[in-house]
Amino acid sequence: MIPLLDRRLLFVTGKGGVGKTTVAAALALFASEHGRRTLVCESDARGDIAAYFETGPTGFSARELLPDLWAMSMNTEASLREYLRLSLRIPVIGRIGPLAKAFDFVATAAPGVREVLIVGKFCYEVRERHYDLVVVDASATGHIVGQLSAPQTINELVKVGLIRSQTGWMLDILSDPARTGLVAVTTPEEMPVNETMELAARVKEETTVELASVVVNRVLPELFGRTEEEIFEQLCHKELTAELGRLAGGDARTVLEAARLAVTLRRTRAGHLERLRSGIDAKVPMLYLPFLFTRFHGLRTIRQVARSLGEELGF
Amino acid sequence: MAHRGPRGPDPNGSLSGLLASREIVVVCGPGGVGKTTTAAAAAAVAAARLGGKVLVLTVDPARRLADALGLRGIGNRERRVPDSAFTDAGMKPMGELYAAMLDTKESWDALISHHAPDVRTREEILANPLYRNISGRFVQSHDYIAMERLFEIHAEGTYDLIVVDTPPTRNALDFLDAPERMADFFSSRLLRWLVVPYRSRIVNIASKPFYQVADRILGTQFLSDIAEFFILFQSMYEGFVERARSVQRLLADRRTSFIVVSTLEVVPLREGEFFARALADRQLHLGAIVLNKVLPGYLRDPMAATVAERLRDAAGQLADQLCPWMEGADVAQVERVLAEVGSSYLDYRVVAQREAEQQSELAGAPEAFVSVPYFDTDVYDLEGLFRLGARLWGD
Repeated sequence: MIPLLDRRLLFVTGKGGVGKTTVAAALALFASEHGRRTLVCESDARGDIAAYFETGPTGFSARELLPDLWAMSMNTEASLREYLRLSLRIPVIGRIGPLAKAFDFVATAAPGVREVLIVGKFCYEVRERHYDLVVVDASATGHIVGQLSAPQTINELVKVGLIRSQTGWMLDILSDPARTGLVAVTTPEEMPVNETMELAARVKEETTVELASVVVNRVLPELFGRTEEEIFEQLCHKELTAELGRLAGGDARTVLEAARLAVTLRRTRAGHLERLRSGIDAKVPMLYLPFLFTRFHGLRTIRQVARSLGEELGF
Repeated sequence: MAHRGPRGPDPNGSLSGLLASREIVVVCGPGGVGKTTTAAAAAAVAAARLGGKVLVLTVDPARRLADALGLRGIGNRERRVPDSAFTDAGMKPMGELYAAMLDTKESWDALISHHAPDVRTREEILANPLYRNISGRFVQSHDYIAMERLFEIHAEGTYDLIVVDTPPTRNALDFLDAPERMADFFSSRLLRWLVVPYRSRIVNIASKPFYQVADRILGTQFLSDIAEFFILFQSMYEGFVERARSVQRLLADRRTSFIVVSTLEVVPLREGEFFARALADRQLHLGAIVLNKVLPGYLRDPMAATVAERLRDAAGQLADQLCPWMEGADVAQVERVLAEVGSSYLDYRVVAQREAEQQSELAGAPEAFVSVPYFDTDVYDLEGLFRLGARLWGD
């Protein structure tokens, strides 16, 4: 498979709450620190990317946050405006109000139109070679397939017209594994793992985009090996626990109980990890990121995750 | 009212009052927090302890949970969970538990069949490529159809209590606004612009700029496809708009209450709070907040933290002293285990403290506030559901 950072366009997706934005931000940061002029795009204007990089709000025009790292937020209205200006040469100044409303309406009625504008903007940045790498903090797993297959959908629905003629080059970029890849973020829990396996199947069937990697986030540390576990079991015996407490100057039961919880949590997740590995095409690389026992989310967290990602990518 | 001490609302509340007094309980919140499981557990415990007929309407249950409820491959139909499933799990049910899954496509087709004025219109709509796209892929259609199905089942009056799981949405509010948006959509002036010219071929001045742009972007053929679809749909506008309004009324009715489910992780909690506020803004009833996967309180015990620090920092010394008491243990290994146990506690303590802080800052004043601890295993069978249900009940 083509190495992740040698591609030009990466869509990062994942079930809500698994750390999709964190991974997208860390991936972009890591690439920018390794010689790639990188653009990180937020596909809805929620402002998460800005918050993670601890910077002011990002807009439709890309802004340089750190050396070689640029960020933007998708805005369909601005994208439509740019598209009209570039492809149709329609001056839209002053008319965008009612136009946006009309567009909104058509987009609600005709599935794929909005998605094409979003995906089209990302593809456009790749085609124009403004950046070495475009990382998209994309829609959640529930919607990503619709978004990535939108150019095809439009191709099937719209027989003629400008939108159709525009989807051809987008499909070229999206279908080319040397340029485009999908990164699925998950956690080793039941539902995220199920959803990732379903996503892998749907992406293969319904889109032309290649699944480039699965990132498993929040992998809990393994506390003990086998012999160490036997020692732990001995420590949990009443007399020994009491002795340990006496030596350590307090009740040791709570601490041991917490360790048992940590072992159990890790073990439940290990089963899901195995299920995931066997359910995903063996060619697709899996990257593992450790659970972070930190206080807050922010640039510090992103840097930590970027470092772990770098190790997993073999840098 | 919630009990609010200096450390925020009491997290040991119960859903029993809510489940006993409402006809519809809508379970909502961010994705990945155990919404579906919580809805199923609430319904199961209500059926077991309250009696009557209880239905859980789920959207996307995990495979094992779907199996446990007997939902595999049954589409839209409601199915009774057999009493034997309760007795196998060590429960004697007072009432009956039913489960159903939401099949968006099937529900849309049923809706069309219900509203279509005649067989020909119905067949033409069902065959229309735009309709097939909208019913299958149009994201908001899931939200709308979930609320629509709820309305229909409630109107039939078969169940004493319906617990509804909500679809994972990009925006937590989508499904609340879906009926309203659907009504807006069908009564829109733009829609009339779109449809009228293809009948009368008269383009008025107001709609002209819209056509020019739309024509250039989408092409005339596509526009006329859209128009044809809406002309077919027009015969059903009245029914749709009326229905959407009724759904809206039902959600605001006092027989309906909402439960917001979240975890104490930063992102889900922020979304959960946003949701609770949105319910208040719409004057919908926030019955409870359920926090899942809460780390146990003992992780914040200061005495334990002192012991953990000792274990981490003086592991070698402690291992030397302990080793004579142990069977066949290597001092270096004992040292590693002690250090590991100590640092693991301190690691989890950081997370537990952050979560406790967030819990105490939780906004909103639900009637009940329930926190559910981490379970050893995932909840995937009725026994697991009852265990979770018991916690929700306040046992």
